Amino acid sequence: MTHNNEGAMNLNDDVQALKTIPLFAKVDAAKLKLLAFTSERLSYAEGDALFEAGDPADAAYIVMQGEADVLVRTPEGPVKVASVGQNDIVGEIGILCDVPRTATVRAASDLVTLRISKDGFFHLVTQFPEVGIEIMAELASRLHQTTQQLTELMRQRPPAR
Amino acid sequence: MHATIFGYIRAHSWRQQLLILALTLVSLPFFYLWVELPKRIVDDALGGPAGPREFWGLELSRLDYLFALCLLFLGLVLINGAFKYVINVYKGVVGERMLRRLRYELYQRILRFPPGHFRVMSQGQLVQMINAEVEPLGGFIGDAYALPAYQGGMLLTILAFMFVQNPLLGFAAILFYPLQIWLIPKLQRQVNELGRRRVRQMRVVAERIGETTSGVIDIRANAAQNYEQSRFADELGKVFFIRFAIFKKKFLIKFINNFLAQFAPFLFYSVGGYLVLQGELTIGAILAIIAAHEKLAAPWKELLTYYQNLWDARIKYEQVVAQFDPPGLLREIDAAAPADVGAPTLLQAKGLTVVDDDDETVVNAVEFDLELPAHVAVTGRPGGGQHALLQVAANLRAPLAGSLHLGDLDVAKLAPSATADHVAYVGNSGQVFAGSLRDNLLLGLKHKPPAGGKGSRTRQDVLEAKASGNSPFDGTADWVDYTAAGVADAKAIDAWLAEVATVVRLDQDLFALGLRGELGAAGAEALGPSLLEARRLVAERREADPKLARLIEGFDPERYNSNATVAENLLFGTPLDAAYELERLPENRFVLEVLAATGLDVRLRQAGYALAETMVELFADLPPDHEYYRQFSFIGPDDLPDYRALIGRITAAEVAKLKDGRDRRRLLALPLRLIPTRHRLGVIDPPLQAEILQARRRLRAHLPASERSKIAFFDPEAVNRAASVQDNILFGRIAYGQANAGQVVAALVGEIIDRLDLRAAIVTLGLGAPAGIGGVRLTAAQRQKVALGRALARRPSVLVLDDPLAPLDRTEQDRLQESLRAHMAGRTMLWAHQHPEWLAAFDRVIVMDGAAVVSVGPPPGAQAGAHEAA
Repeated sequence: MTHNNEGAMNLNDDVQALKTIPLFAKVDAAKLKLLAFTSERLSYAEGDALFEAGDPADAAYIVMQGEADVLVRTPEGPVKVASVGQNDIVGEIGILCDVPRTATVRAASDLVTLRISKDGFFHLVTQFPEVGIEIMAELASRLHQTTQQLTELMRQRPPAR
Repeated sequence: MHATIFGYIRAHSWRQQLLILALTLVSLPFFYLWVELPKRIVDDALGGPAGPREFWGLELSRLDYLFALCLLFLGLVLINGAFKYVINVYKGVVGERMLRRLRYELYQRILRFPPGHFRVMSQGQLVQMINAEVEPLGGFIGDAYALPAYQGGMLLTILAFMFVQNPLLGFAAILFYPLQIWLIPKLQRQVNELGRRRVRQMRVVAERIGETTSGVIDIRANAAQNYEQSRFADELGKVFFIRFAIFKKKFLIKFINNFLAQFAPFLFYSVGGYLVLQGELTIGAILAIIAAHEKLAAPWKELLTYYQNLWDARIKYEQVVAQFDPPGLLREIDAAAPADVGAPTLLQAKGLTVVDDDDETVVNAVEFDLELPAHVAVTGRPGGGQHALLQVAANLRAPLAGSLHLGDLDVAKLAPSATADHVAYVGNSGQVFAGSLRDNLLLGLKHKPPAGGKGSRTRQDVLEAKASGNSPFDGTADWVDYTAAGVADAKAIDAWLAEVATVVRLDQDLFALGLRGELGAAGAEALGPSLLEARRLVAERREADPKLARLIEGFDPERYNSNATVAENLLFGTPLDAAYELERLPENRFVLEVLAATGLDVRLRQAGYALAETMVELFADLPPDHEYYRQFSFIGPDDLPDYRALIGRITAAEVAKLKDGRDRRRLLALPLRLIPTRHRLGVIDPPLQAEILQARRRLRAHLPASERSKIAFFDPEAVNRAASVQDNILFGRIAYGQANAGQVVAALVGEIIDRLDLRAAIVTLGLGAPAGIGGVRLTAAQRQKVALGRALARRPSVLVLDDPLAPLDRTEQDRLQESLRAHMAGRTMLWAHQHPEWLAAFDRVIVMDGAAVVSVGPPPGAQAGAHEAA
């Protein structure tokens, strides 16, 4: 009766889990409940892909349990560039700027995510500007990191010409 | 079409009009006899001297004579009634035939409108004119000649009688007729002018409604409801004031008419009275004249009404016809194709000049020669005239000057059906019509009237269509030209359509539609055993692979399926009758009986109460038109306040004792939709599931036989015709919450279908899927692919593509470009597009800019002579 056990996985548990995520810290419980209700709780086995690079971006994922690897394609094969764990949000960039997935995300263990559709995500951001600001801060910090890494690389490897 | 309604009536119904007239005249003597008879009964049979009377050469006693006359009277009543019946039915038929003819001709006109005219005439206007505005003409047409003849005749007869009695008073009776004839039309014309304005105004109203319905989302999105409501109110206000003016004028006419009609009696009494007192006239003569004048009133009134209707009808007719007679009307489609385009070897433009709908020159004195067959790209800056050039090539637009030749035939001089055989055109917003996808794909093969295939038209249908000048061809017959499609008969056509669908990359969509669409009785019969075999294979795989077992939850009569709704679990089947559909279950007597007997009704209502609480909480702040209601809520935005009131009115504990039937139904309706694994609300716990299973068994056992046939029960050993092919194969539900379950299961189903070689049969099922009105059930991309498919289905030798791939996404455009070119190898394509990277693949490129052809030749960068060598 595997199916029935999963049925017992309650919406309120999801809300409790969402509350612990910094991004949603300022959002009140009723709204998180709506978010959880309009999202899909998905289980993955190790090795399953959440999405592949090049796929159309239609959702963001919040990791509820387990870990996942972020992989990019290189001529030498896929390379792991980051790892995401419980309470992390992944895949939100694609839905924000409407580009195909830039990386592949694959479950590194048994994984449970909450899949927030593009519409659900925008609903949340427009209803709670705080969430939008939180995401801006997160993105800005990632951009900062990337720029630093790039500067580092440029210093190590001067331009060819 | 005739300029005036009388011209139209004479041209199409003069024989019938004569017949009505003749019938009317023949009926008159009987009518007079009937009017006369009572006088004879009173004067002759009852009055007069005693003794026998002569009756049609027979000698009758006075009593027999009385009865003979009375029987004659009864006979005349019947004869007159019969005449009236026949004349009225015939008038109605004649009017309706003319109306049918008129509507048909107007519809034909729409099909011949020049492209620009559709910007002037909205759909709402056209509908209003063809449906409503011509309607009163039917009634008028039946009376057009008979009424004035009949009533005029009566009028003249009575007048003659009056003049014989006394010329002076006869003259008095018609003294004001000239005034009425002069004045009333003047007023009437004003009323009619107002009427015309009203008609125009109603069209504006119709347009506003039409625009609002199609743009309601944008209106709401811009919160423009108040503005739109006010604008609509303004338009209604105009209608009101026009009507107000009409009332004032119309009843003024009535007032004047009445006054003038009563003026004659005034003269009779005053002048006639004076003459009587002077001894120049007897009282009897005066009374006779007054009686005659009273009789005069009826036909005169009829004639005046007729006169007013006549004006109405004339104006309506002329107005409508004028709207349907734009300059540049295309030629009528002909039944037989006189000239054959065949497979042309040359495309030649000679001084070709084309103007667009705004009279702008979009193609200016263009000259070129191209050898065919070739794949020709037409490119250049947008608006350079590519669109117009292609429309001319497809005979959809007539050039202003010069010509475009296909082979040695001037395209613009060809009959529409001649090009239809060999030239196909696809624009960038292909329209899909109501009917199945198959019907839509076959549309291009239906341009020749059906050869011999019988449709459902009866002999009477055929005769009536002919009498109304309607199409003599049976719209219900099989119009498909199988030879043109290159197949033997109807049985072979599906394979060809599947092939075409593959070329336009619609095959996956057809397969998906076939897979998810209702199987139907025919599908169940054709595929039944194979589907059961596929079901067995799925079960085998599920047993072998525990991972797969997690993705599909099968239907087991002894188990609760947590990926199906509570209703499905309860019925354990698919409704075949509306009474067992989800929305109607809470009022289904048999279901309620079972629920009550097991005590489940209280439990479910309690679950419904909990659910209502959650929904009210979740959706509390959302505006009523929010997308989430449609996607997620168990409760519509309109019902939410009811539920909010309900949970405010009673507590959870009171649910068990709830008496009100409406409240009971409301609460019961909610949990029936619940899917535990999807909604994760935890309301349907294992003990409740066990109770539902009990109710399922009880329902199955207690349902009367007559009700049983209204549900297709889930039966492991039988196909379910109310369910889809996929559901029949899976015999279960795809589990919610399992990542990629959809894809994995789809792959499994696809694999098993291929193993059993069922794909073609399922694509065929998909061909039968309904497209919806205007193709609403398809995506924009699917509609466009259907439009491409129906162009290819008729095997054109020249395919004109006016940037048809624009609505598709980029990668799909590239793939289709390749498959279309491969499919059309050795045939001609004229393809306007904006993809420089495609040009190298074409044989020839026409570059247009500013209405001129800049260059014609091999694609840029191609080696000289490459085309000739190929």
